[in-house]
Amino acid sequence: MEGAVAYESDLNLKATELRLGLPGSDEAEKEALSGVRNNKRASPDTSDECGSKGSSNGDRENAPATKAQVVGWPPIRSFRKNSFQPKKTEAEAAGMFVKVSMDGAPYLRKIDLKVYKGYPELLQALQNMFKFTIGDYSEREGYKGSEYVPTYEDKDGDWMLVGDVPWDMFMSSCKRLRIMKGSDARGLGCGA
Amino acid sequence: MPEPEVDTRRREIAGVLTGEFQSPSPDQVLENVLENVLLFLTSRRDRNAVSLVCKSWYRAEALTRSDLFIGNCYAVSPRRAIERFRRVRSVVLKGKPRFADFNLMPPNWGAYFTPWVTAMATSYPWLEKVYLKRMFVTDRDLELLAQSFPAFKELVLVCCDGFGTSGLAGIASKCRQLRVLDLIEDEVADDEVDWISCFPESGTCLESLIFDCIECPINFEALERLVARSPSLRKLRLNRYVSIGQLYRLMIRAPQLTHLGSGSFSSSDIVAQGDQEPDYISAFAACRSLVCLSGFREIIPDYLPAIYPVCANLTSLNFSYANINTEQLKSVICHCHKLQIFWVLDSVCDEGLQAVAATCKELRELRVFPIDAREDSEGPVSEVGLQAISEGCRKLQSILYFCQRMTNAAVIAMSKNCSDLVVFRLCIMGRHRPDHITGEPMDEGFGAIVMNCKKLTRLAISGLLTDKAFSYIGKYGKLVRTLSVAFAGDSDMGLKYVLEGCPKLQKLEIRDSPFGDAALRSGLHHYYNMRFLWMSSCRLSRQGCEEIARAMPGLVVEVIRNENEEDKDGFEILYMYRSLERPRIDAPEFVTIL
Repeated sequence: MEGAVAYESDLNLKATELRLGLPGSDEAEKEALSGVRNNKRASPDTSDECGSKGSSNGDRENAPATKAQVVGWPPIRSFRKNSFQPKKTEAEAAGMFVKVSMDGAPYLRKIDLKVYKGYPELLQALQNMFKFTIGDYSEREGYKGSEYVPTYEDKDGDWMLVGDVPWDMFMSSCKRLRIMKGSDARGLGCGA
Repeated sequence: MPEPEVDTRRREIAGVLTGEFQSPSPDQVLENVLENVLLFLTSRRDRNAVSLVCKSWYRAEALTRSDLFIGNCYAVSPRRAIERFRRVRSVVLKGKPRFADFNLMPPNWGAYFTPWVTAMATSYPWLEKVYLKRMFVTDRDLELLAQSFPAFKELVLVCCDGFGTSGLAGIASKCRQLRVLDLIEDEVADDEVDWISCFPESGTCLESLIFDCIECPINFEALERLVARSPSLRKLRLNRYVSIGQLYRLMIRAPQLTHLGSGSFSSSDIVAQGDQEPDYISAFAACRSLVCLSGFREIIPDYLPAIYPVCANLTSLNFSYANINTEQLKSVICHCHKLQIFWVLDSVCDEGLQAVAATCKELRELRVFPIDAREDSEGPVSEVGLQAISEGCRKLQSILYFCQRMTNAAVIAMSKNCSDLVVFRLCIMGRHRPDHITGEPMDEGFGAIVMNCKKLTRLAISGLLTDKAFSYIGKYGKLVRTLSVAFAGDSDMGLKYVLEGCPKLQKLEIRDSPFGDAALRSGLHHYYNMRFLWMSSCRLSRQGCEEIARAMPGLVVEVIRNENEEDKDGFEILYMYRSLERPRIDAPEFVTIL
């Protein structure tokens, strides 16, 4: 639930707004929602600083309020902590390296989808890698004007035409690629 | 090279041949006999007991002790140690207290290896092994070590810093008998020196090479050649700059490996070019002796099936850097029936731990690390995982478990199901968190652990805890040697219970808990039996610490300020330890020794 909704200042709708929470607790609610710790009173959780004054000298009455990060807590050595900071957002990165097969080619290749910014780059790379050409893509007719059609297997196990869904969705759902040849490609939108 | 004992023998024989031999006195005979018997005694506790019997036993023991263990490098001086023990082959030295690992101790506090290596260089020419933990070691120290000990065989550095790859180069090139070079969780500076190339060209006796903590690239071609000319190599742990393709090349050269740290376990190529990927599965299958697997520093889970062939033989598996999910773990762990040691990230969730519990019936040690080590993040593991482990892994002896939520019920269950527990370390990452179902403090859970786990020697507590928890520890924790406390307790009584109740307590580390001078006083009867006491951000005053220092002359009482602290009388940390020496002179400005 986002608390940041604009109000007409003259109507003062905020005064009559129904919210969960005690009156006057607007600031605290925003803090809790943002999920970012208020570090104003305590020292930030950096490995370089040590011995923070903010690490409560037994002042447990403050404990239930804003919980700032404290030096040396939790007790994990810094190289372990630092090993994972960037990785967290890539937790679903399992699908980024995908196998690419082409009908008639003796062995498969592997590419990292993250390297490409969109379909044009990907298709160009595939064409370079396997030495073939793809026709022009249109939503209605698929890839017109060539023997080969790029397809992919998605999370549900279905074979889809490359280019139908937005790039981000494609990146997260693509498990492997297959460059289909002529006759097999019919029915996936090749030609009319 | 001739050894001292051989010279003595030669003289004795020479004496017999020339008729100058005189019968030894009865005392001498006794001492000779004793020396020969004591050669078989290796446990340092037994040796300490032997040395107390009488003076001649003390002398005999001192002459025959070859393994020197010093748990606190400031408890005794190098000179004193060397004067007593003259024929030492192996030295273990430990320096900083453990809380220094979490940036609680300002840097440059001490624990320098230099005075030790300098003294040993002249007095222990036959030194073979050095094991250092949390010491400050310089490149010059390593250079001196390499030059001074011709029979040197094993160097193990754990959680050390102060040196770099240039120091390693010296070791590699000069220690011709080197069998073991283990660098574990050290901070190694990148001097841009190709130390891997410095090993002897003609072949090495290397049995173990561990460098997974080194955060800089190494010369891979040189490493490949090194592995090829090290036929005795059994343990190899690579750093994250070694790709899986490179790992493959090493594995096919060293199928005899028993311990493998797999490096990054990821591909260095962004776009795979050239040939097909190597047959990783075969490479692993060829390592029939592999029992210990680690690494996976930047794992691409697609490659995980490569390790299936070795899973059935693994006794130790370290996934604590592997960002894998439940399904990916399940695919591996279902084969690991012999697993005894397992380290993992909480990214595998409670369900992953349930899979571990279902298969790993021989599990002795489990460590679950958080992928997101902040207080209020989402916690993928909880009491559910702990309960499952307790039910499935009944032989568990040691556990370290990080989580965001826990219940007393699960901890109590573990105390009953895993009666062999020796080490119980639970870290509920949110400070002062109660049982998340009942809302109660975690007292009963930890109480059950000390009550039911009769072999428990190491305990780390967390969550919302009152003095009651400490009363349980004092009442039942009769074998506890190491206790770690953070953000716990209500009053001085908490610490008193422990200091008065735990006769075996050796190492006590406390932070951010409301214990004051009165509590500190209650341990006076015991401090000489302890290795150290650490208290930071508690309720101590300078006068309280001074009182202790006055009452116990054999104790070194250090009060440590923040470097930034303006108030010269204020302090953050009390660190005190017994010592045979006068207080150290190498302390930095922010340390005051009372």
